[in-house]
Amino acid sequence: MNLKDLLSPFFVWQRAFEKPYTTMRPIQDRPGAAAYRGFHINIAETCIGCGSCHTICQNEAIDMVAVAEFAGRPGDSGLRPRFDYGRCCWCALCVDICTASSLRMSNEYTWLTRDPTDYHFTAGVDETSWQENELGYRRAEGYRLFPEKRIEMEMLPAAESVNSFEEVVKGYSEEQAKKEADRCVECGICVATCPAHMDVPDYIHSIRDGDYEKGLQLMYRTNPFPATCGRICTRRCETVCPVGIDGEPVAIRWLKRFIVDQFEAKDYKRILADTITENGKKIAVIGAGPGGMSAAYYLRKKGYAVTVFESQESAGGMLRYGVPSYRLPDDDLDKDIDYIVSLGVEVKYNTVIGKDIKFEQLLENYDAVFMSTGLSVPSSMRIHGEDHARVLSGLQVLADVANGRDPGIGKKVAVIGGGNVAMDAARVSRRYGAEVTILYRRRISEMPADEEEIHESQEEGCSIVQQAIPVEIVKAESEQQVAIRWGEAEMVDDPKGGRPRPVLQEDRMHTDTYDCIISAIGQGSNLDYISKEMHEQLAIEWGKFTPGEYQHTTLEKIFVGGDFANRTADAISAIEDGHHAARGIDRYLNPAVYIETEQQVD
Amino acid sequence: MSTTTGHSADLDFPQPEPIDMASGKYVKIWQGPQHPGITGNMSLELVLDGDTIIDCKTHVGYLHRGFEKLMEHRTFIQNFTVVCRIAVPEPAFNEYLYAAALENLSGIEAPERAQWIRTLNLEMMRLASFMMWIGGMSAAFGLYTVPNWTTAYRDYVLDLFEEMTGGRIYHMYMVPGGVRAGLPAGFAKRIREVMDGADKLLDQVERVMFNNTVFKARTKGLGIITPDMIDPYGIVGPNARGCEITRDLRKDEPYLVYDQLDFDVVSGSDSDAYERSYLRLQETRQSIDLIRQCLDGMPGDGPFQADMPNMLHWQIPPGQTYVKAECTRGEYGYFMVTDGSEFVRRVHVRGPSYTHAIAVMERLAVGTNIADIAGLMVSLHTYPPEIER
Repeated sequence: MNLKDLLSPFFVWQRAFEKPYTTMRPIQDRPGAAAYRGFHINIAETCIGCGSCHTICQNEAIDMVAVAEFAGRPGDSGLRPRFDYGRCCWCALCVDICTASSLRMSNEYTWLTRDPTDYHFTAGVDETSWQENELGYRRAEGYRLFPEKRIEMEMLPAAESVNSFEEVVKGYSEEQAKKEADRCVECGICVATCPAHMDVPDYIHSIRDGDYEKGLQLMYRTNPFPATCGRICTRRCETVCPVGIDGEPVAIRWLKRFIVDQFEAKDYKRILADTITENGKKIAVIGAGPGGMSAAYYLRKKGYAVTVFESQESAGGMLRYGVPSYRLPDDDLDKDIDYIVSLGVEVKYNTVIGKDIKFEQLLENYDAVFMSTGLSVPSSMRIHGEDHARVLSGLQVLADVANGRDPGIGKKVAVIGGGNVAMDAARVSRRYGAEVTILYRRRISEMPADEEEIHESQEEGCSIVQQAIPVEIVKAESEQQVAIRWGEAEMVDDPKGGRPRPVLQEDRMHTDTYDCIISAIGQGSNLDYISKEMHEQLAIEWGKFTPGEYQHTTLEKIFVGGDFANRTADAISAIEDGHHAARGIDRYLNPAVYIETEQQVD
Repeated sequence: MSTTTGHSADLDFPQPEPIDMASGKYVKIWQGPQHPGITGNMSLELVLDGDTIIDCKTHVGYLHRGFEKLMEHRTFIQNFTVVCRIAVPEPAFNEYLYAAALENLSGIEAPERAQWIRTLNLEMMRLASFMMWIGGMSAAFGLYTVPNWTTAYRDYVLDLFEEMTGGRIYHMYMVPGGVRAGLPAGFAKRIREVMDGADKLLDQVERVMFNNTVFKARTKGLGIITPDMIDPYGIVGPNARGCEITRDLRKDEPYLVYDQLDFDVVSGSDSDAYERSYLRLQETRQSIDLIRQCLDGMPGDGPFQADMPNMLHWQIPPGQTYVKAECTRGEYGYFMVTDGSEFVRRVHVRGPSYTHAIAVMERLAVGTNIADIAGLMVSLHTYPPEIER
């Protein structure tokens, strides 16, 4: 023992005069740190109810509950996360995974209530004192639990693509597809948004598992055109993909294409193993486009003898005659169609209803008729001089190209319109060596064409003149040429809140001469094959049908679908119309079975 | 070829003498599992001859929460929030090792900035843990002033953790691939302030606790660990370094950025309770120094998380790995097996308490006075939760 050790401990008294450490909680408030993981905040307006928070929560502390206020919002499940503070461990993984970045935490950490059920609350919907709290945990910039960027798709360079009809998009390799498939959060909002309600998360899952056969089987449940849709689908699914909110959406379309590309047409029979039990009933389908062939496929699977009447020499409709082969090669379209035909669907080519066979005959000879003849008549620009020989229709140009005929467009071309047909006609013209100008009445951002089509047409050297209104077609000096008089437009806001309207500025008129003018401002239907009387009975307005719940019409036996029977006029909607009509026809022909099962469901 | 059964025969493990409890000479008492001390929820079954312990059996299992098994049923990212709970006073080492194991198995490397931040975090953890331990050690010998100082000051370190990670105890900060966020603005300044205060506090602790006749009298010669025990008993960390074994993973197999930091392994000469305690005090000071070095050496910007696959269904290729780090009590390790699925096939957590609190404790307790048993256990610095994963 030494003296120092005996005395040294008495040093403690010195501390008696120091300020105490103790904080006066709860008398004095001690706020949590700026990034404290306190109580949850959800910006319910921004949240889309993807449920990733629910998936990642290891404590099952988050339930997705329906909130009436958000029901039916497009791209929104209508659900919002409800927290159970009896289970939560405040790890904030829900905040980290939140696709919409709507979920965060406040730095508030004390909450007293007499009613324990209060601790089940829907953040952002149920009132809480911390909802507006500006401090608390947020996902840091540069930290993400899934890759934000999609795997880049290899494309033919524009300098090359413009010289040939070779497919522009190269497709993913297996490794790329797996990486891209990994980005999916499996929320299913895409399923609700897809017109055909394709089972997107599951077929993407099958890519991750490497089980592509299962992927193909899943796709055929709702869509017998996967090779086609994997290339040219309007992919509304991707516009709502939550991964795209703060990053780039999952490349759903390319993944679909990847699955199909893993197989040759001859493998389909074995993989899909569709068995058909004939039921002895006959269905006529008019038009072998996506709608008609989709109906044929699903009807055939139910055992109907299906005959498809097609006016052209090949099936596919707009997919074959409207979509150029650099976007959808014929071989891939044939893959889809050949499989449908291989199930025993009879297609009568070069057969025009109303000319070769009367529509009434079909009604008489078949148990039901599905009409899906689409929009095949180019709309008129309704301007003077439109009937000039050098004014061509976009549809005609595309059909000529599809049939291997020279469209005869010359070297300097103007395309009128801003839809996909306009873009396709422009890009096809570039491939025939023409210098192309696209005239569109509104702004580029308002073009109805796919963004990528607009982008690619510009890449390929088409110049777009926006806010240009065609006024008159004028004769040019040479008969091989044509001139167009057009005026610049100003965009004027609609006082009723509609989209801005282009207004012609008469003092800013131009006249340009071209070798031809391709008009592509829209299409109408050709319903010459039905009688006037029937026309009235079917309540057709502006050449379009408004079908009932089961794609049925006001007349017995007649079902409709496709571009002339829906508002979106794209392939995937036509496919769903066909699928749905198949259900409708089956229900119509076997009411007893359906009524029984529907009652059971009730 | 020889077969190994249990331990090797030539090791000097004391063989229990049969104790005739019916003779009336002995009394059996239990310390724990309900014991108000940081010995925690485990119990010692002690046989006393007078007030001298002649036999000690350890009993564990009161804290068993089945973490290792639980982890086999949760996705990799979900386990990230589980592992911190394995050693309550030192969650960060679990976080780091879990992340490191996954990074090893999946071939991902955390960015440099994340490595510096992780090192800083681990040293702050060491500081906080030692602060609490100093309190426990002095309290075990009746010095109740020091625990009030150090556990209170530890709260300032927890404040730093709160600011850095969003949580005071369970930080859940070292996510696979990096860390969850960079350092908040002005954070370095606040760390330095707290470190300056800690320096001062540790000087005071040394005067009051270590230069103290009573403490010295009771701890010197208590629970001596001899160098020949080190390997047979698997003794690591300060307990081993107390007897001139200079093993420290930070030096021997540097991980994170320890190879860029300047420090020497602290060791003692005679591993009794006093030596081990004093060694820990020095390591606490060393931690403060390392924290300052981290602040000086850390890159100011750059990514703090590697590009990661989708955590919702992260699959890791089949493989196995063992990762280790020097925690306050020595080698902490994670052995992990993956099978290519979204779940870990097997995790084994190796905590130093497993050997220190069971085999070592049973041996050192024999011959000890009953009044020193709590102090002996604290001097081994054990955490029962990590015995029972």
